Amino acid sequence: MSGPGALLRVEGLRTWFPIRRGMLQHTVGWVRAVDDVSFEVVSGRTLALVGESGCGKTTVGLSILRLVDPQAGRVLFDGDDLAALSDQEMRARRRAIQIVFQDPLGSLDPRMRVRDAIAEGMQSFGIGASESERTDRVAALLERVQLDPRQMWRYPHEFSGGQRQRLCIARALAVEPRLVICDEAVSALDVSIQAQILNLLGELQEDLGLTYLFITHDLSVVRYLADEVAVMYLGQIVEQGGTERIFEAPQHPYTRGLLAAVPSADPQRRSTAVRVLGDVPSPANPPAGCRFHTRCPEAFDRCSEEAPDLFTVEGGRSRCFLSG
Amino acid sequence: MSERVLEVRNLQTAFPGPAGPIPVVDGVTLHVERGEVLALVGESGCGKSMTAFSLLRLVPKPGRVTRGSVRLDGHDVLALSVPELRAIRGRDAAMIFQEPMTSLNPVQTVGVQVVEAIRLHERVSKAAARSRTVALFERVGIPDPGARFDAYPHQLSGGMKQRVMIAMALSSQPKLLIADEPTTALDVTIQAQILDLLRELQRETGMAILLITHDLAIVNELADRVAVMYAARLVEEGTREAILGDARHPYTRGLLSSMPALARRGEPLTEIPGTVPAPEEWPRGCRFASRCPRAIERCPLEPPGEFALADDHLVRCHVVQQEEAP
Repeated sequence: MSGPGALLRVEGLRTWFPIRRGMLQHTVGWVRAVDDVSFEVVSGRTLALVGESGCGKTTVGLSILRLVDPQAGRVLFDGDDLAALSDQEMRARRRAIQIVFQDPLGSLDPRMRVRDAIAEGMQSFGIGASESERTDRVAALLERVQLDPRQMWRYPHEFSGGQRQRLCIARALAVEPRLVICDEAVSALDVSIQAQILNLLGELQEDLGLTYLFITHDLSVVRYLADEVAVMYLGQIVEQGGTERIFEAPQHPYTRGLLAAVPSADPQRRSTAVRVLGDVPSPANPPAGCRFHTRCPEAFDRCSEEAPDLFTVEGGRSRCFLSG
Repeated sequence: MSERVLEVRNLQTAFPGPAGPIPVVDGVTLHVERGEVLALVGESGCGKSMTAFSLLRLVPKPGRVTRGSVRLDGHDVLALSVPELRAIRGRDAAMIFQEPMTSLNPVQTVGVQVVEAIRLHERVSKAAARSRTVALFERVGIPDPGARFDAYPHQLSGGMKQRVMIAMALSSQPKLLIADEPTTALDVTIQAQILDLLRELQRETGMAILLITHDLAIVNELADRVAVMYAARLVEEGTREAILGDARHPYTRGLLSSMPALARRGEPLTEIPGTVPAPEEWPRGCRFASRCPRAIERCPLEPPGEFALADDHLVRCHVVQQEEAP
């Protein structure tokens, strides 16, 4: 599965969180947040990692950046295994990988002026020869994200939600990253503001050749901007492939159920299809066999007994016996 | 013969500000017919939730309804005494919210909370209320309803808590259900389940629903009619087909063209430039004028009146009105 031009290749990533109990904090179990996840992101393109709450998509992003430590697997970025680097070496590599979160107010220091928030990263990576040069670069970055450079001496609370997300994007760009992880970066925004940010992200990709790992639950955003899609369920990728193929010919019953659940905005059509029933089981105690079998409308005996592999299907992979 | 469960006229709700009251709902007129789903749609801060709160006199202080009338199943809500008001809340109109956790008492079982809601409006024994609660839980799709009666809210998933809230709302068979972003906090597969449930219950009981949402796709899934709100005022109102298929107000059109679901890949989304201005900066005339791609000279100066494009399609826009009735 190694292709030419893969900027990021994740192989067999496993991030489990211990469940500790009692005075001695014994580990009594594990939350299998990410369990043997592999994918790659082609340079200059967008991979969307989609799934519902608790599927592990955010933990994948954090594991890549080593903001949480994976137990197993490799994270090959431009050839180097990030998972094997020392903390110090990893810090240097963070320049090339930036992350933008859902809540811009939570990721900006309220007591730091915009200029300093954006220049902070430049300083730690030695970008810009002097403070005044960095100030000039901040001005250019603000213009790049369509904000008024004169606002650089303001504080984050003086900006609207959409403007704050632009600030976070400017801060990410300040260190000239190659990969930007967008973790629900447009999910909290009103639709008119979301459109502005999606357009901005598209322009930046085109102009700067950025590679995006887009983590989201919003399938209409995925269809609009992703080149490749990986669908996650309870810590695993259940289906992966090109965006058009995933939306036009989904193979895995979970993908089909997820797509059928998306409300339709077409007045000629309301969504009425087979529903995925019930709730997502706990990742601390995922069902045996196929993890989706408890909610799957197509499950048969084998599904509860044996875990399916990620089978190769036309245009991707699918973790379902029906695809095998 | 249509009967109006809810009739709101010229409603104004305001909060005190440094330079006089700031209206958060400004001259809203709408109605909901028996058995109908009306969606009130708009972005954050447009006043849609405040409109809903105003209907049951639940506006948080220091805000208050300053003008207009609200008739709920014949009662003049704004003139009722507090005990009378208590009696109609829940019985004539019940409300469900985005975050069910904040509406449920964390230290009491969900079953007991529904029993209390029933006994607030009816003189029934605890045993009878209990068996009705279990039946309601079953009706709203809570698996193993007898056992879930004794569950505490934190033991239930978000979708299950919303089902409990819906059961509680249904317990006194309201004529109107006000649903304020009822699925916004839920995952998409759970959202679809809850929308299916609301649709079924609405058909089965004939109750009317006032759906408050920011999501035009949800509107399409559930609503019969739609009212679009911007900066405290209604800008367009019509059937689901008219608003989603033939929107005329530039704001409604902007909302639709901002949706990635309706866009083509590789083509930029049509943006609405800028952001909603703060109330202090609202233009005297049409409040959308400062962001409107079609604005003409009179737009920021004169508030547009209501113009009927058809019997059931109203718009407030000078430009559209000029095109239609020069």
